[in-house]
Amino acid sequence: MSTAAATHDDHHDHHHAPTGLKRWLFSTNHKDIGTLYLWFSFAMFLVGGFMAMVIRAELLEPGMQFVDPEFFNQMTTVHGLVMVFGAVMPATVGLANWMIPLMIGAPDMALPRMNNWSFWILPFAFGILIFAVLMSAFGAGNPSAPNFGWTFYAPLSTKYGPASTDLFILSVHMMGISSIMGAINVVVTVFNMRAPGMTLMKMPLFVWTWLITAFLLIAVIPVLAGAVTMMLTDRHFGTSFFDAAGGGDPVLFQHVFWFFGHPEVYIMILPSFGIVSAIIPAFARKPLFGYASMVYATASIALLSFVVWAHHMFTVGMPLAGTLFFMYMTMLISVPTGVKVFNWVATMWRGSMTFELPMKWAIAFVILFTCGGLSGLMLAMTPIDFQYHDTYFVVAHFHYVLVTGAIFSIFAAAYYWLPKWSGVMPSKLLGELHFWNSLISANLLFFPMHFVGLAGMPRRYADYALQFADYNFWISIGGFWFGLSQVIFLVVAVRCAMKKGEPAPAKPWEGAEGLEWEVPSPAPFHTFDTPPVIK
Amino acid sequence: MSDNQPLSVEQRNKRTLKKLVIWAIGMFAFAFLMVPFYNVICDITGLNGKTSSTAATDAPAQVVEDRTVTVEFITQKGDGITGEFTSETKRVKVHPGEITLVNFYASNPTDSDMVTQSIPSVTPGVAARYLHKTQCFCFDQQTLAAGERKDMPMIFYLDPEIPSHINQFTLSYTIFDVTERVAGKNNSVAVN
Repeated sequence: MSTAAATHDDHHDHHHAPTGLKRWLFSTNHKDIGTLYLWFSFAMFLVGGFMAMVIRAELLEPGMQFVDPEFFNQMTTVHGLVMVFGAVMPATVGLANWMIPLMIGAPDMALPRMNNWSFWILPFAFGILIFAVLMSAFGAGNPSAPNFGWTFYAPLSTKYGPASTDLFILSVHMMGISSIMGAINVVVTVFNMRAPGMTLMKMPLFVWTWLITAFLLIAVIPVLAGAVTMMLTDRHFGTSFFDAAGGGDPVLFQHVFWFFGHPEVYIMILPSFGIVSAIIPAFARKPLFGYASMVYATASIALLSFVVWAHHMFTVGMPLAGTLFFMYMTMLISVPTGVKVFNWVATMWRGSMTFELPMKWAIAFVILFTCGGLSGLMLAMTPIDFQYHDTYFVVAHFHYVLVTGAIFSIFAAAYYWLPKWSGVMPSKLLGELHFWNSLISANLLFFPMHFVGLAGMPRRYADYALQFADYNFWISIGGFWFGLSQVIFLVVAVRCAMKKGEPAPAKPWEGAEGLEWEVPSPAPFHTFDTPPVIK
Repeated sequence: MSDNQPLSVEQRNKRTLKKLVIWAIGMFAFAFLMVPFYNVICDITGLNGKTSSTAATDAPAQVVEDRTVTVEFITQKGDGITGEFTSETKRVKVHPGEITLVNFYASNPTDSDMVTQSIPSVTPGVAARYLHKTQCFCFDQQTLAAGERKDMPMIFYLDPEIPSHINQFTLSYTIFDVTERVAGKNNSVAVN
C-alpha cells in the first residue's frame, strides 16, 4: 500500500486547484475522466443521431429526395459505427469510471494514467471517421466515406471498399485500443482496489455487470482488431484472407466479425442490466430480488455469447446441424435473460414504489428491452430468420434493445447519478418532458418497423416500394420527434453542469443503497482516500 | 519481494495488468488462428461448399446404378474477365460412382495474356465432400494467351456414400483474373 499511498499524496498536492484545459487534458482523476467520457458519448449520440435524421428524411417519402443512394449508404454505415462505438460504449465506460471506484470504496481507478490515455484516444479515432464523412459531404471529387454497413462485410469493405476504408481501419484500431485499456482498468480496479470487507458477492450489481463486460471486451475487441488487420493486409499487402480469387473465403469474414459482434451486443447491454438493478430496488424500497442469481445469469449470458455468433448468418448456407446448434444456443440465452427480467419484476412486486425520473426510465427499459428480446427470440429461429434476415424487422429488433434498452438505461443512470455528479437535482419538468417525449416517439419510430419488416422491406436501401410509404412517413415523424427530444436532455445536462437547480443532498433518493451515497454531493475530487467501513 | 510479505496494491495491479495484456494479445492471435481453424472445419464438414483442391486418385468403389443425382453447373466471371466462361453442359444426371466429364471453356479477347484462377463452390455445402474430381482446371492457374479460347475439362465422380437426401446440387465456378497478382507479387497464389 505504501507506494500507492505515496503517489496518491503527490497527486493531492498539485491537484488541488486543477483548472482550465490542462485539468481535462492531463486528468488522471476517475471522476473527471468519467465526465469526459459521458460528454463525449453524448456528443457522439447527437452526431450519430443527426445521421439518423438524414436517413429518416430520405425515407420520409418514397423516391429520392435529399441525398443520393451512395451517401445514404455512408450515413447508415457511420450512424451505426458512431452509435455503437461512440455513443453507447463510451457512455457505459464513463459510468464505470465515475461509479465503480465510488461503489467499491476505492480512491480512484487502478491505472489512472492509462485511464487518461484510453479516453483521449477516442476523440481522435472518431475525428478520423467523421473526417471521412465530411470529406464525402463537402469534398471535391466525391470521395466516399465508408459505405459498407457497420458490419463491414468483405468483399464490400476489402475489394470494393472506398479509399476511406483505410481511415476506417485506423479509426477502429484506435477505438479498440481505447476499449481494451478501459476494460483492463476496470478488471484491475475491481480485483485489487476494493475496500476491505467488500467481497465479490457484496459488490453492487453494476460493478459485477461491468466486470463481466470488461472480460468480454478483453476477449473480443482483439478479434475485431484482427478482422480489420486482415482487411488491411487484403487491401494492400496481397494476402487473401477474404478474397476468393486468392483462395480465401468472404464467409470467413462473417465468422470472425460475428465472433466479435455477438459478445459486443452484450458489452453494450450488460452495464444496462447493472444500472437497472441499482435503480429498481432504490425506488421499490426493497433489496434486489435474487442478487446471486443475477450475478450467475450475467455470467451465463456472457459465456453463451461466445457460442451464438452464427445466428447472424443463418442464410450463408450452413449445415443443418450448425443451424440447429446456433438456434438452440441462442434460444438458451433467453433463460438467464428471463431470470433477470423476473428478478426486476419481483423486486418491484409489493414494493413501496415511487416513480421518480430514474425509475420511469428503468421501468421503460424493462418493458421495452423485453419487447426487443422477444423479437430476438423470433429471429433466433432459423427457418423464420430466413424470412426476416436483413429486413426492417431486424432493424426494429436491435433498436429496441439498443435505444429503448441500452440508451434508456443510460438516461436512467444519468438522472439517478446526476445529483451525485453535479450536486444539483436535474430539472424535474425538463426531465419529465424528455422522458415522455422520448418514450412515445421511440415507439412511434421503432414499432412500425416490425410491420414493414415482416412485409418485406429490406434494410439499408435509400428507397422503398410504395406500399411501405405510410408506415415510413410515421416512422420518420417518430424519428424527428425522438431526435428533437434529446435536445431537452442537453439542456438538463448543461443546467446541471452549470449548477442550476435545487442543491442535492448526499443521498437524494430515499431508498438508494450503496457507498456512492455516503460521500457528499457533488462528490469531492478525491473520495475514499481512507477506505470506508463495509457493513 | 519476499515470500511472506503481501504484495502492495501497486504490485498486484501490475501483475493483473500483465495477465490481461497477455490475454488481449492472445485473443488478437486467436483471430488469426480462426483462419486455419475455419479451413480445417470446412474441409471436414464442407461448411463453405469448397471442393477438395487436389485430384482424387482412388477409383470409385462401385457404381450405384439405382440412384441418380443431378449436378448443375453455373459459372460466374470475376472482375476483369471480359471474355466467355461457361460450361458446355448445364446439368447432368449421374449415378454415384460414375465417372463423368464436363467441358468448360474460357476465352480471352484482350490483347495480352491472362492468368486465371477458377474457384469452385458447391451449394448446398454438405455435398462438397462427396464430389471427387480426378481432373479440374481449377487445380491450377490457367493461362489464356491473347485471343485464345481454351477448353478446360473437368472429370468427376460422386462418392457412392453420398447421403440419400442429396438428390441435386449445384457446382459453381467463378473465374478470376490473377495476372497482376502473379506478376506483381511473384509469390504463389493459394489454389483450391
